[in-house]
Amino acid sequence: MMRIFCVAEHRFDQLNQISLEILNLANKIKGKGTSEAVVIGKKVDAFAKELANYSDVVWKIEDESLENYNPELYIDVLMQLLSKEKADLILIGNTAYGSEFAPYLAVKMGVPIVTDVVGVNVVDGLKVTRYIFQGKLMVDLAVKTPCILTVRQGVFKESVNLNGKIIDSKIKPSKAAVRKFRKFIEPEVGEVDISKADVIVAVGRGIEDGANVPLAEELAKLLGGVVAGSRPVIDSGWLPKDRQVGISGKIVKPKLYLALGISGAFQHVMGMKDSELIIAINKDKSAPIFGVAHYGAIADIFEIVPELIDKLKKIKKS
Amino acid sequence: MQLKEYLLSLKKESPNLKVDRGGGMKVFVLAKHAADPESEIKVSSDGKNVETSGLIFDINDWDRYAIEEGIRIKEKIGGEVVVVGVGKNCDDTLRKCLAMGADRAIKIPVDTNDAYQIAELIKKAIEKEKFDLIIAGYMSQDMNYSLVGALLAGMLNLPFATAVTSLKIDGGKVVAVRELEGGYKEEVELQIPCLITVQSGINEPRYVSVMGIKRARTKEIREVKLELPPSAVNILKIYPPPIKLAEILTGDASQIAAKIVEIVKSRGLI
Repeated sequence: MMRIFCVAEHRFDQLNQISLEILNLANKIKGKGTSEAVVIGKKVDAFAKELANYSDVVWKIEDESLENYNPELYIDVLMQLLSKEKADLILIGNTAYGSEFAPYLAVKMGVPIVTDVVGVNVVDGLKVTRYIFQGKLMVDLAVKTPCILTVRQGVFKESVNLNGKIIDSKIKPSKAAVRKFRKFIEPEVGEVDISKADVIVAVGRGIEDGANVPLAEELAKLLGGVVAGSRPVIDSGWLPKDRQVGISGKIVKPKLYLALGISGAFQHVMGMKDSELIIAINKDKSAPIFGVAHYGAIADIFEIVPELIDKLKKIKKS
Repeated sequence: MQLKEYLLSLKKESPNLKVDRGGGMKVFVLAKHAADPESEIKVSSDGKNVETSGLIFDINDWDRYAIEEGIRIKEKIGGEVVVVGVGKNCDDTLRKCLAMGADRAIKIPVDTNDAYQIAELIKKAIEKEKFDLIIAGYMSQDMNYSLVGALLAGMLNLPFATAVTSLKIDGGKVVAVRELEGGYKEEVELQIPCLITVQSGINEPRYVSVMGIKRARTKEIREVKLELPPSAVNILKIYPPPIKLAEILTGDASQIAAKIVEIVKSRGLI
């Protein structure tokens, strides 16, 4: 009987969707075992009720000091809970919070960990699947249990309705944390909101230099759109931070997303995959962006873009 | 704050600190000699490895930011930067870090891509030395586990923060801004000694010339021989992902451009 513990996550009074997705995964593989949510915070009743709809058991861990996420306190209370309740599998979202505390928790529990998992199979021992080489390859791994898995968001969306029992664990942090939460910092606001644009011309590492960005700007102007970028372009300072598409930037759903020289790392794809029409141009035929685009051209953007500009100018004139 | 005052404040707040070395901070930076995911990637015939023949290895992209951050701390407040690498062939990456400004390097000549093993090896190699800060990259560009930093923090019982986009040293305090989702960030405060993993874009890593790397040849790379610890994870199979491919537009540049214009037009977008 497998007991699967799923550590929920919340911020700004909202449960992160990944909390339900890891329960979906747990319900899918638990067999005759149980899916057990763990929710940590200052007051978590509302979250516990929501989680109970998708789990067999919900464990509440409440304390004043748990108002904001803190890895030391999370690990402290989880260690207390998991020393009493024996988990076979611990699922955590592969998020800014989860990916941070999960490895440390694994060390403290003395169990293996695999991160950013997209597939789990329990038929003949635990086997998990994840991407490597920024999405270009996949790997199947056999992992000893008990273990911790952090799970990629957006993968396990099929839910099962349950009516779980809510248990107040009465667990409190055993000591104060060294690390202190100071404050949240709001996203930077620029002069253009790319999430409202109908047409986005997005540039990636393939743009090669900031001096080439005006080429994309010219194309965007002709298409009545705006220029955005993937992480390397923002890191290099070629476009401002508010133009970043991806998990740590903005989620966009324009009518047209033209991806120029973007390889298509997961972090980026999550920010644009729901665009109505995606056209990608990249020299590298194995670029993962071609797995999400509707149309693709395996070509040099510096050859295609001037042609596009030329043709669009002619259309504008006629 | 004067250096002397600063050092005294460190001593007060963190008795573990080695402040008698003449000042500043001792920083360990972890650097991986990693395969570039943009190079030619082929699965080996046994289906369990990646062919190394087509791969181009270089310093892991995130670790360029880590070493730069370490060197900037040293330039600002003094101290020592020690770069640590794991792998029989990691010399090029260590030399690059030395050329950028690291003082010395520790090489653990063991080949593994298992994050747990890597963290365990680094722990054994550095645990006898005192330090103030460990800086690692947020992720490796080849295996993408994002594990070694946080595992090592756990093994050494250090306070830590990952995906850091801004780092300030203020007395014995480290103020780090962490990247969250949706453009949000959180600011957290840590005490020295601690471990940080840095997100790309935290700084602008300096350029090193071939000459610079040659000049750094006099700097020490100390080898630490260690046994490979056991692993709890086994690779069963490596394979290309089964993806639904886009409809590929073919022809010369002009023909491809014409096709794109047609598609965009048919959707009423121009």
